[in-house]
Amino acid sequence: MRIGVFVCHCGSNIAGTVDVVSVAEAARLFPDVVFSTDEVYTCSEPGQKAIRDAIREHRLDGVVVASCSPRMHENTFRRAIEKAGLNRYMLEMANIREHVSWIGKDKEKNTFKSTELVLMAVEKLRKNRPLVAKSFDINKTVMVLGGGVAGIQAALDCADGGLDVILVERESTIGGTMAKLDKTFPTVDCSTCILGPKMVDVSQHPNITLMTSSEIEAVSGYVGNFDVTVRKRATYVNNELCTGCGLCSEKCPSKKAPDRFNEAVGNTTAINIPFPQAIPKKASIDPEHCIKFTKGKCGVCAKVCPTGAVNYEQQDELTEVKVGAVITATGFSLFDHTRLEQYGGGRYPDVITSLQYERMLSASGPTGGHIKRPSDGREPKNVVFIQCVGSRDKSVDRPYCSGFCCMYTAKQAILTKDHLPDSQSYVFYMDIRAPGKQYDEFTRRAMEEYGARYVRGRVSMIYPRDGSLVVRGADTLAGTQMEVDADLVVLAVGAESGKGAPQLAEKLRISYDRYGFFLEGHPKLRPVETNTAGIFLAGACQGPKDIPSSVGQGSAAAAKVLTMFSKDKLESDPAVAQVNQRRCVGCLKCVRTCPFGAIKEIEARDGSTKAEVIDTVCQGCGICSVTCPHGAIQLSHFTDNQILAEVDALCLSWMDENFA
Amino acid sequence: MEILSMGKSCDATFIEDVKRESGQDPATCYQCGNCTAGCPYTFVYDIPVNQIMRLLQAGQKERILKSKSLWLCATCESCTTRCPQGIDVALIMDVLRHMARREGYAAEKNVKTFYDGFLESVKRHGRVFEMGVAANYNLKTGRFWTGADIAPKALSIGKLDFRPHEIKGRDEVKRIFRRYLQREEAGE
Amino acid sequence: MSLMKIPYYPGCSQTGSAREYDMCTRECMAGLGIELLEIDDWSCCGSTPAHTVDHSLAAALSARNLERVEAMGHKRVTTPCPSCLTNLKTAEHRLSRKDFREKTNQLLDRPYEGGVTTKSVLQIIFEDYGVEALKARAVKKLKGLSLAPYYGCIMNRPPEIMRFDHHENPVAMDKIVEALGAEAAPFPLKVECCGAAYGVPRSDVTARLTARLLDAVEDCGADAVVTACPLCHMNLDLRQSQVNRKQRRGFNIPILYITQVIGLALDIAPEKLGMDLHAVDPRPLLKKLEGGE
Repeated sequence: MRIGVFVCHCGSNIAGTVDVVSVAEAARLFPDVVFSTDEVYTCSEPGQKAIRDAIREHRLDGVVVASCSPRMHENTFRRAIEKAGLNRYMLEMANIREHVSWIGKDKEKNTFKSTELVLMAVEKLRKNRPLVAKSFDINKTVMVLGGGVAGIQAALDCADGGLDVILVERESTIGGTMAKLDKTFPTVDCSTCILGPKMVDVSQHPNITLMTSSEIEAVSGYVGNFDVTVRKRATYVNNELCTGCGLCSEKCPSKKAPDRFNEAVGNTTAINIPFPQAIPKKASIDPEHCIKFTKGKCGVCAKVCPTGAVNYEQQDELTEVKVGAVITATGFSLFDHTRLEQYGGGRYPDVITSLQYERMLSASGPTGGHIKRPSDGREPKNVVFIQCVGSRDKSVDRPYCSGFCCMYTAKQAILTKDHLPDSQSYVFYMDIRAPGKQYDEFTRRAMEEYGARYVRGRVSMIYPRDGSLVVRGADTLAGTQMEVDADLVVLAVGAESGKGAPQLAEKLRISYDRYGFFLEGHPKLRPVETNTAGIFLAGACQGPKDIPSSVGQGSAAAAKVLTMFSKDKLESDPAVAQVNQRRCVGCLKCVRTCPFGAIKEIEARDGSTKAEVIDTVCQGCGICSVTCPHGAIQLSHFTDNQILAEVDALCLSWMDENFA
Repeated sequence: MEILSMGKSCDATFIEDVKRESGQDPATCYQCGNCTAGCPYTFVYDIPVNQIMRLLQAGQKERILKSKSLWLCATCESCTTRCPQGIDVALIMDVLRHMARREGYAAEKNVKTFYDGFLESVKRHGRVFEMGVAANYNLKTGRFWTGADIAPKALSIGKLDFRPHEIKGRDEVKRIFRRYLQREEAGE
Repeated sequence: MSLMKIPYYPGCSQTGSAREYDMCTRECMAGLGIELLEIDDWSCCGSTPAHTVDHSLAAALSARNLERVEAMGHKRVTTPCPSCLTNLKTAEHRLSRKDFREKTNQLLDRPYEGGVTTKSVLQIIFEDYGVEALKARAVKKLKGLSLAPYYGCIMNRPPEIMRFDHHENPVAMDKIVEALGAEAAPFPLKVECCGAAYGVPRSDVTARLTARLLDAVEDCGADAVVTACPLCHMNLDLRQSQVNRKQRRGFNIPILYITQVIGLALDIAPEKLGMDLHAVDPRPLLKKLEGGE
């Protein structure tokens, strides 16, 4: 081989603690090295040009760059040598910055270590082989999981961009949490009024197929070619026939089903349409509270339905769909305040959550927009809001800030004054977080124009006394304990990951943090991608966020998908595992240990069982290579021989150093 | 009102001492006020407990050790149980109380007198002689009418014992106290 | 024939101002078949004053008694007083650290290396004996009585040390009382401090805090309070007249011990349970019981 070595100064970043010139000089003596130099900034234009020129001038067939971490510039240098006509995998890097110059100040030791690292890279490069990426076809359909505002935005953007979209929603209607809100901050827009048109667009868009009451059962395949099994739950109503007239709900005798859309403020009928603007506007039956299902009697809804849409025999349906990408926009859920016994643990009816209050404020909600104490139906005079319930709290394992509670509490305090001019609102807070546009001004309005009394301090306990609730908090600014006799207490509960989020993540093979929020590719630079190719994120499933951010991420994820689909074929990474069939004994241990399901069992020509790698699914983790008892499966570009070459380079030189 | 000049009045050694003796890190306190909110004794404190924590963060040793709050804390554990950062606030108050004693501060003299009398009784008899403690308290504080209102009822239901319950091993208990005092004096 | 033998640490209150608590506890446990073995020559644990002076002093006072339990050949001890309970438990917890153990053993005649678990009498009854067994053993149904269960501030807190029941909304006494046929009133201040040891040096403080509790008792419609702490009992019962005077109220609420309530269900005579030794006589309440039968 004819290898060229380039040792980078990186300004003084490396050169400050490594004698790069000596390293380059030493490298000149390494086997197969015909050219060796030092560069001030190898990644710069002149630096890259120097590499290309050297390749031509010295007829190099492999390049070693000793510089920063490959995570920084491996691609840069690969492209550079490719431009000069070499295969991009004939490049090796020695990390003499993060692994040497940034961790020690001893120049002599650093220089020696750098030399060793360069030798290792050279020895590996000598065993490298050119690798060629394969192209594969992609399916230009995108699946959006979750019909909240982020999912809706992503679906509309993809559909408007000409893609076929399958929107899968767990509930019987789209809209998510935003559909449950009365008004939105900071404009106090009616939530359904601004979301409604988008929901209708989704239902009417020719490119969008809406699958409600549905969840993902299984996912297999790889980017561009996913096979997804969707399970549509039995709602016992045929959506093709149902017109959403609501007659069934009017006549249903079972009125004790907990009203999930209204956050269990009151009950609803066993067959119901969640809210008037539901999309699709179809009824569904809750079998646990349906008299027909629990006792075998009734059947009134089937009788009165003018189109005969009710079908008690309906079963779950499994559908297989093929998509090229998935945008996960599954949203969030709220902290369970019943964990906090000092706030009543759910035993006090007049201590409610913010979302329950939101339903009460809504004109289409269970109280027709009238604020009433759940205990006796009276209008409250003193309404106390408590912020940071289940947020910023290590003791309940929720140390993070949920980001929107300060804002929605201010909104609710403002709306309370609108609904009940004689009321007095109190807000117990630790800090006010109002970072968005017009946000801080909005919270000031609550305090200055709407008379809400903001008290800086947490609440220690709530207990009933004489028909009202004593809220015992602190005013740390005044330096005292503060008690308020509340008629109604609203807890600003924090955001948690959605129910079933970790299980969904496992199916999609994406990562999630300890709280169940899905992990983005990079917290700063790749917020809507995951580390799994073809799976994108949008909205609160990635972390608590407000509506503008969710909508922004919905569009961003759609842009990523449209970009991916702008090509007809995708290239697969050639640094994947390969099976040497002559060595393979068909034990299939690799098939079982592969976390991505990228290895399959095949029958060889002689009828024996062998393993085969599905190139496009393989992520190049190398677990199979370690597992195989015969060394039959090797990870290209990281084969046993290539790695052992590095080990030998290091150990042999050490041995020479110490025992020669 | 005294202006705090951090360069002059912040006693970093004091903060380290409290950290070491209590095993708690005052830096984790984000001054939410939950402790003060739940403390049933706030109404008689001169400095509410969250402000004691704040002054501790600011290293204001003298202000804290001179406070009455330390002596009125009942170690009811409301603060500790509810602190969202998991700080054992009641333990910090106990440690501050130890320090106040060592440095000779006792802003609520009567409480100290009562506690000292109690322990004196334990030292002498091995068990608490309630009447003895009450009598000693009244005498030392000059508040002769303390408990006089409930004394007649207490007497009628046989709750006033005029003789102490002495244990055989009371010398063992005496020795515990003696060794403790000797160790304190030796400054270990 | 006893089901269980367990060392018993009465605590100083039980030899003096709360002697009826000791009486009813012994009667109750005997009635349940649990044999209490009083620690020979036990000494004061130091209660509140000791831990406000020094932790190793407090631990030594407790450890002397824990060592006596070990000498008896036992690994467990029970006490009816939450203050003794927290001292014994905290001592055991702190003594698990070598440096603290050495410092504490310096003060003792006989060193203690740890290993004895302390549980409250209530915990022994609730966990070891069990509510179902209690229900089966009960002879008299306590129907007609509404009791406010007041646990006191330190029996269940902090949860890491006390490890019993819930630290905000404990239910052990609620469940026992209900199993015996009485009603557990929805008392909201179950773990709120009554004023503790301030009855002597700051009776104004105790009066105010106790008044707040008694207000809540009236508010929830209970006939009486049931408690498991002698200091809470003293503040609520013996000092009730003081509370009335200082806080200008007119309370007349009987305060019962949980072991008295269980004793009544076991049909033990009220006088044997010390019910004639209360400041607010609870015996008129018993007529309500008989009437309700």
